[in-house]
Amino acid sequence: MPLDDVVFWVFAPIAIAAAVGMLVTRSVVYAALFLVVNFGCIAVMYLVLDAAFLFAVQIIVYAGAIMVLFLFVIMLLGVDRIEVRSERLWLQRPIAIVLAIGFVLEIASALRAGIGFATHAPDGFELLQPAGNAQAVAEVLFRNYFFPFEATSILLIVAAIAAMVLAQRKARAVTQAELGAELEDESEVGVAP
Amino acid sequence: MRTPIAYFLMLAGILFAMGTVGVLVNRNALRIFMSVELQLNAVNLTLVSFARLHNDLGGQVLAFFSMVVAAAEVVVGLAIIVSIYRRQRSIDVDAAREMRW
Repeated sequence: MPLDDVVFWVFAPIAIAAAVGMLVTRSVVYAALFLVVNFGCIAVMYLVLDAAFLFAVQIIVYAGAIMVLFLFVIMLLGVDRIEVRSERLWLQRPIAIVLAIGFVLEIASALRAGIGFATHAPDGFELLQPAGNAQAVAEVLFRNYFFPFEATSILLIVAAIAAMVLAQRKARAVTQAELGAELEDESEVGVAP
Repeated sequence: MRTPIAYFLMLAGILFAMGTVGVLVNRNALRIFMSVELQLNAVNLTLVSFARLHNDLGGQVLAFFSMVVAAAEVVVGLAIIVSIYRRQRSIDVDAAREMRW
C-alpha cells in the first residue's frame, strides 16, 4: 500500500469524525475544537495533493487565526449558557439529513460519470515546480493574478475597518448611574462558565 | 501520487454535505458560522484536487484567494454576531427579527 493511500485512509475518517463531532457536541467550544481537528486533516490532504504552500497557509490562517477568533468570540459572549437546542419545526432535522445524503449520492454519481473512481492524478506535477511549491505558486500568483492579489489587500483593509465600526460601542456621554449599570452588565457578560 | 483523485473529491462532498446540515439545523449563529467554514474548506479541497488532476497551479492560487476572502468574511461576520448579541442579548438567529417583515 503506497504511503499516499495510508495517509488518506488515516486522515479522511478523522476529518469526517471531527465534522460529525462538531455537529453533535453540545458545547460550542468543543464544536470549535473539533473544527480545528477537521482543518488540520484537510491541511494534510493538501500535503498529499502536492500543495505544500496551502498546507502551511491552511494551518496558519484557518487552524490558527480564524479559529482563535472564533474561540475569542465564544469566550467573549459566554454562549454556553444561552443556547437553545430544541427545534420548533420537528421535520427540519430529518429533511436536512435526507437532503444531505441525497447530495452525497449525487456527488458520487457525478464523479462516477465524470472522472471515474479509478482516475489517478497524472505524473509530472513536480516538473511544473522545479524550485518547490511555494515558488511555483508565487510565480503564478504574481505573474497571472497580480491585479486580483492587489485587490485582495483592499478587501482586507475594508474588512478590518468594517469589523472595527461594527464592534465599537456608540460613543456618548454616560451618567454615573448608567456607567454603574453597564459595568455590572459587563461582568455578567464577560464571565464564561 | 497513487490515490485516485475522486476519493478526495468524495471526501470534500461529504464534508460539504455535513456543513450544509449544520447550517440547516442549527439556530445558534456561531454554530451556523462554523458550518459555513466547513463548507468553504470542502470547496477549497475540491479546488486543490482539481489543480492536481489537471496539473495546473491556477486551482491552488484560487484556493489561496478563497482563504483570504474567508478570513475577511469571518472578521466581518463575527463582528456582526457580536453587535447582534449586544443588541438583543442572544445569538439565536430566530431572535434577530428586527429586519423581518
